[in-house]
Amino acid sequence: MTLATFVLGGYVGPTVLFAAVVVPSALVAGVLRRVVVGSVLVTLPFAIAVGLVSVFTRPGSTILFELGPFEATLEGADFAARVVVRLLVMASALALFGLTTPPRASVIDLERRGVSPRLAFAIGAVVAAVPALVERARDVRNAQRARGLDTEGSVRRRLGGVVPLASPVVIGSLHEVEARSLALEARAFGRPGPRHLPWAPPDTAPERLARWLLLAGLVALVAASVAGALPTLP
Amino acid sequence: MTLELRAVSYRYPGYRRRALEAIDLRVGDGEIVGLVGPNEAGKSTICLVASGLAPASIGGELAGDVFVDGVALRGIPVHELARHVGLVFANPASQLSGIAGTVFEEVAFGPVNLGLAVPETVGRVRVALASVGIEDLAERRPDRLSGGQTQLVAIAAMLAMRPRVLVLDEPVAELDPEGRRLVGEALRSLAGAGTAMLVAEHDLDLLRSLDARVVAIDGGRFAVPA
Repeated sequence: MTLATFVLGGYVGPTVLFAAVVVPSALVAGVLRRVVVGSVLVTLPFAIAVGLVSVFTRPGSTILFELGPFEATLEGADFAARVVVRLLVMASALALFGLTTPPRASVIDLERRGVSPRLAFAIGAVVAAVPALVERARDVRNAQRARGLDTEGSVRRRLGGVVPLASPVVIGSLHEVEARSLALEARAFGRPGPRHLPWAPPDTAPERLARWLLLAGLVALVAASVAGALPTLP
Repeated sequence: MTLELRAVSYRYPGYRRRALEAIDLRVGDGEIVGLVGPNEAGKSTICLVASGLAPASIGGELAGDVFVDGVALRGIPVHELARHVGLVFANPASQLSGIAGTVFEEVAFGPVNLGLAVPETVGRVRVALASVGIEDLAERRPDRLSGGQTQLVAIAAMLAMRPRVLVLDEPVAELDPEGRRLVGEALRSLAGAGTAMLVAEHDLDLLRSLDARVVAIDGGRFAVPA
């Protein structure tokens, strides 16, 4: 989905992908609201940055308005909007994956397909670590606030609070990683050789069919794009 | 099933000072040894050395030798150490895999890593869960358990590896009173079943209830001879 969104570009392609694939899938999984909110929150900072840079610096013939020495162009706004739409759809596809695929299932499936257990675990652990990291950051923020750190004042004050907030989160996370890797070593995680799993993630015929169709669609899309046969969509 | 440290000294990588100095310690068959001492005394280091993870996994310099049933741990690959000594850490949460969907899967993580056949893994997990009395948690999510329950899962996860000796580094230090009670009961049950254990712990009541032989360490040396 993310690759297809990237290849298609424009407004129509990503929007159709979002409406035809992400929304129905998220609805079936019951996570539509979380997918939308999550992808908007992730995209927002990039959207602001891309919007400011593109609208005011991209040359164009249609001037929308002037702000001091800067001119906001229609071409710049159009470019920014295309990038934001693309980012939004890519983020929603990733959010859908994260919300509907337990890390365990990813790890088992990757292992089953021959990926090294270490790499598979690293991928799964990174996905699983995100909520813990967010929780740790919240705890640190509350602890620092309790000791008088201003995290809601002016931009300058907030910037001053970045180090006292980030340092404990980063150091704590490193300790956590160290402790966890030692515990994994104690459980023979580094042993080479095959593993026999007493369970397997469900993989129904419709799921397999959907995967193959998505893959075939992506390959066709990339091939058409490389061959220049892809019509330019608005 | 014996664990023996003979003239063991150990220095962490990057440090000039030794964390352990000339340690001799023997945990006999079915015996429980309690290791007490202030913070930074070397209790956790002894646990790491006794399990073979130091220096095999974390590096450093080891003098002397550690034996399990007369077999030296030196030179044994890290992934084989769990068959000899099982190490349970103080923090219940950070020793779980973090990717298991159920307690059953979490406990099976080690046996699966050992490459055991599925029936053997399943059998080991059932026995391990029963050993610490948490069969009813098998289908629960590991990240939804209390601290005490999580520590019991960690102990069961180690037991499923079928180590000859169990080493526990402050197993109740980070638990609330209920968690301490749960883990204490499980350890007493394991002790009753003849499991050899080395338990580093501040809680003297727990060691007393395990009928442990207590040795004291300070500054990397035994304050009371082992």
